[in-house]
Amino acid sequence: MAERYSRQERFAPIGKEGQALLAEKHVLIVGAGALGCANAEMLARAGIGKITIIDRDYIEWSNLGRQQLYTEEDAASSRAKAKAAEARLKAINSNIEVKGIAEEFDPENAELLLKDIDILIDGTDNFDTRFIINDAASKYKVPWIYGGCVKSHGISLSILPGETPCLQCLIDQLPQDGETCETAGIIGPAVQVTAAYQTAECLRFLTGHPMSTHLVSFDVWGRGYSAIDVAKLKDPQCASCSDAAQFPYLKKERGMRTAVLCGRDTVQVRPGGKENVNLERLARRIEPFAGEAKVNEVLLRFQMEEKRFVVFRDGRTLIHGVDNVQEAKKLYHRYVEA
Amino acid sequence: MNIHLNGKSIDLPGNVTTVSDLLDSYDIKKKISVVEHNKEIVPKGNYEQTTLADGDRIEIVHFVGGG
Ligand SMILES: [Zn+2]
Repeated sequence: MAERYSRQERFAPIGKEGQALLAEKHVLIVGAGALGCANAEMLARAGIGKITIIDRDYIEWSNLGRQQLYTEEDAASSRAKAKAAEARLKAINSNIEVKGIAEEFDPENAELLLKDIDILIDGTDNFDTRFIINDAASKYKVPWIYGGCVKSHGISLSILPGETPCLQCLIDQLPQDGETCETAGIIGPAVQVTAAYQTAECLRFLTGHPMSTHLVSFDVWGRGYSAIDVAKLKDPQCASCSDAAQFPYLKKERGMRTAVLCGRDTVQVRPGGKENVNLERLARRIEPFAGEAKVNEVLLRFQMEEKRFVVFRDGRTLIHGVDNVQEAKKLYHRYVEA
Repeated sequence: MNIHLNGKSIDLPGNVTTVSDLLDSYDIKKKISVVEHNKEIVPKGNYEQTTLADGDRIEIVHFVGGG
């Protein structure tokens, strides 16, 4: 087993000492999409002692083009990304601890998830979740590495709470009109260059080397690269990272919540509290009316009124084929909650 | 006018004279980008006043949300 990390140990800035440090660290990866998969695989192979990966989604055929931990079988069975990622990472490296959590990263579970975490890697595909990460990381003083990619572009920034500017310092409002991978497309190399940079920064930090204060971007198709030192942009009035921080994105909402998943013709509905839905019973109840009701380890999927429903055990439901919140709520009440 | 944009030499059309024009010409959303003009970050409110000159070095990094 000593052979396993020999090449990485040969790399002078890490060495045997750095490798021993990595074995003691715990990395949280939020999102097991393209960036999450790529980071997770590199970190598992690098010998990070413990990796926790959380994701709210399940695997679809359109993911296989770049989400490297998943197979055709996973897509065919709509497997939860967190579960499939956990299994694959364990198969890659059985000497480390891996835990997959099939939930949404939200203000309710953020504090618990950030406990005993050395660093957080952004593997999300949306700014809503990133701003929750940003607030939580700032509040609980956990460093994190933002990464984003679309088309042939990638971007990254390392954020060290109390030292360097946070995402809120650089972007004063939630970008709503951005391009997503669904609307503008993406190529695998844009994912890989972004994840490679994030993982490198992560390995630097975990082995005692300073992270960069540069906002970096890559264009793997146009062969572009740019880096701007943003250290000076730390905002002394920042709502997320200053002494007077309010952590606006950690405010917990009451009651039912909905989110339109950008570019996917999908609405997510979440009940007020986390419920423990008996998926098998729900499947039996809707079976006579619904097309193809199937239950797997964490979710139930079925077809109804030409919409596709995916219900997770905690009650969270994705309804595909709707783009408005009111209709989605109605469908949720009619079929899931009843 | 010729400038260096993200390390590449670019010939600008005559109607592009400010940082704001430059961002527009690349269809870049101003709210979510960081611009450096000759090694100094340009505050978001100053894009229209910041005029470009021959030989300027500009870096533009634009936030993207996918992943
Ligand atoms: Zn801040």
